[in-house]
Amino acid sequence: MAAESTVMARLTGPVSEAGRCLLFLLRMLSGIRPRAGQVLSVLQQTYLIGARSLVIIMICGFFVGMVLSLQAINALEQFGASDQVSLLVGKSLFRELGPVLTALLFAGRAGTSITAEIGLMKATNQLEAMELMAIDPVQRVALPRFLAGVISVPLLTAMFSALAILGSVVFAIGVMGLDAGIFWSKLQNGVYFQKDFVGGVWKSLVFGGIVSLVAVYFGYSAKPTGAGVGTATTNTVVLSSVLILVFDFIMTSFLF
Amino acid sequence: MRANYKVELASGIFLLLGIAALVWLATRATDYGQDIGEDTYTISARFSNVGDLRDRAPVKIGGVTVGLVESISLDPVSFEAVVAMSVDSRFDEIPSDTGASVLTSGVLGDRYIGLEPGGAPDMLQDGDELFITQSALVLEQVIGKYLFNAGKSEEEK
Repeated sequence: MAAESTVMARLTGPVSEAGRCLLFLLRMLSGIRPRAGQVLSVLQQTYLIGARSLVIIMICGFFVGMVLSLQAINALEQFGASDQVSLLVGKSLFRELGPVLTALLFAGRAGTSITAEIGLMKATNQLEAMELMAIDPVQRVALPRFLAGVISVPLLTAMFSALAILGSVVFAIGVMGLDAGIFWSKLQNGVYFQKDFVGGVWKSLVFGGIVSLVAVYFGYSAKPTGAGVGTATTNTVVLSSVLILVFDFIMTSFLF
Repeated sequence: MRANYKVELASGIFLLLGIAALVWLATRATDYGQDIGEDTYTISARFSNVGDLRDRAPVKIGGVTVGLVESISLDPVSFEAVVAMSVDSRFDEIPSDTGASVLTSGVLGDRYIGLEPGGAPDMLQDGDELFITQSALVLEQVIGKYLFNAGKSEEEK
C-alpha cells in the first residue's frame, strides 16, 4: 500500500508541481499595479538582470556572428555562393539562434542569480518577515523580477542579433573581402520582417517569460537551507534550458 | 537617492539601447521598408508555369523594381497560374500590351517577374490583365528537350 502511494506520488508529483507553478504565476500577475513604486522596482530589476547581462550577451553575439559566417562561407564557397552568407546568418539568427542562445545565456547569467537571491531571502526568513508585515512576497519580490525578465530578454535578443550581424560584417566583409553592398542587399531582400523578425520577437518574449517564471518559482519554493538553494539554482538552469528548447520547437512549428 | 538615480539612468540607457537595436535590425537587416509606395494598383497575368515564384517577389521593368507579387493562385478551370501584382502608381503609364515573363536573377537566383512595355496608346488600369506572358524556364524541361533532340540527331545520322 505504501509502495503504491509513493509510485502515485512520483507520477502526480511533476503534474502538481506544474499546477503549483501556474497558481504561482496567477498569484504573481494578479499583483500588477501600474503604480510608481512598482514601476520603479521593475526598472531597478531591469537594470540588475537586464542591463548587467548586456556585456556577456554582446560579446557572445559578436562571436556567434563571426563563427556563423566563417562556417557559412566555408560551406557556400564550394558552390560559389559565398554571397549568400548574410542571408544565412540573418535568417538563422532571427529565427533560431538569437532568441534561443540569448535565453540560454540569460538563464545562466540572470536566472541563477534570481533563484539564489530569492532562495537566500527565504533561507534567512526575509520572506516570512514580509508575510508578517502583510506584504505578499510573491508580488513584492517575485513580480518585479519576472516582469523585468520579460522586458529584458527581447531587448537582449535584439542586441545579440545586432552584434552578431556586426560580427558577420567584420568577418565576411573585413576579413574575407566580400562585397558590402551585396551583403546588405541580400539581407534586406531575403530576410522578411513579418515572418523572420516578428516571429523571433515573439519567441524571445515567450522565452523571457519561461526563464523568469522558472527562476522566481524555484527561488520561492527552494528548501530554506544552503544545499536547498544550490539545488534550486541548478534546477533553474536545467529546467529553463530544456523548456526553452522544447518551446522553441513548438513555436517554430507554429510560426514558420 | 543618488544611487537610485544612477540605477534609473542605467536601466533607461539599457531600454533605449535595446529598442535602438530592435529598430536597427528591423530597418537595416530585414525587408521592412522595402515595400513599394503606399499608392499601388493591381494587375494580373496568367502563366502556364510560374516555376518557384514566391509571394513578394519583385516585379521589374528594365531591371528596376516597380512592384511586388501579391498572390499566386491556380485557375480551377484552365489550370493556369494567376499572378496578381501590385505596381507603384508612380508607374501608371505602362502600355496595355505589356508582356510579362517569369525570369531568374542569376543562375541559382530568385524568380522575379519582368515586364516588357509594349507600344499601345492606352495604359494599364487597376485590375487589368496582361495577355502576353512567358512562363518560367524549368531547368529539367530544358535539359529534357535538349537530351531528346540530341538523341534524335544521333539516329538521323
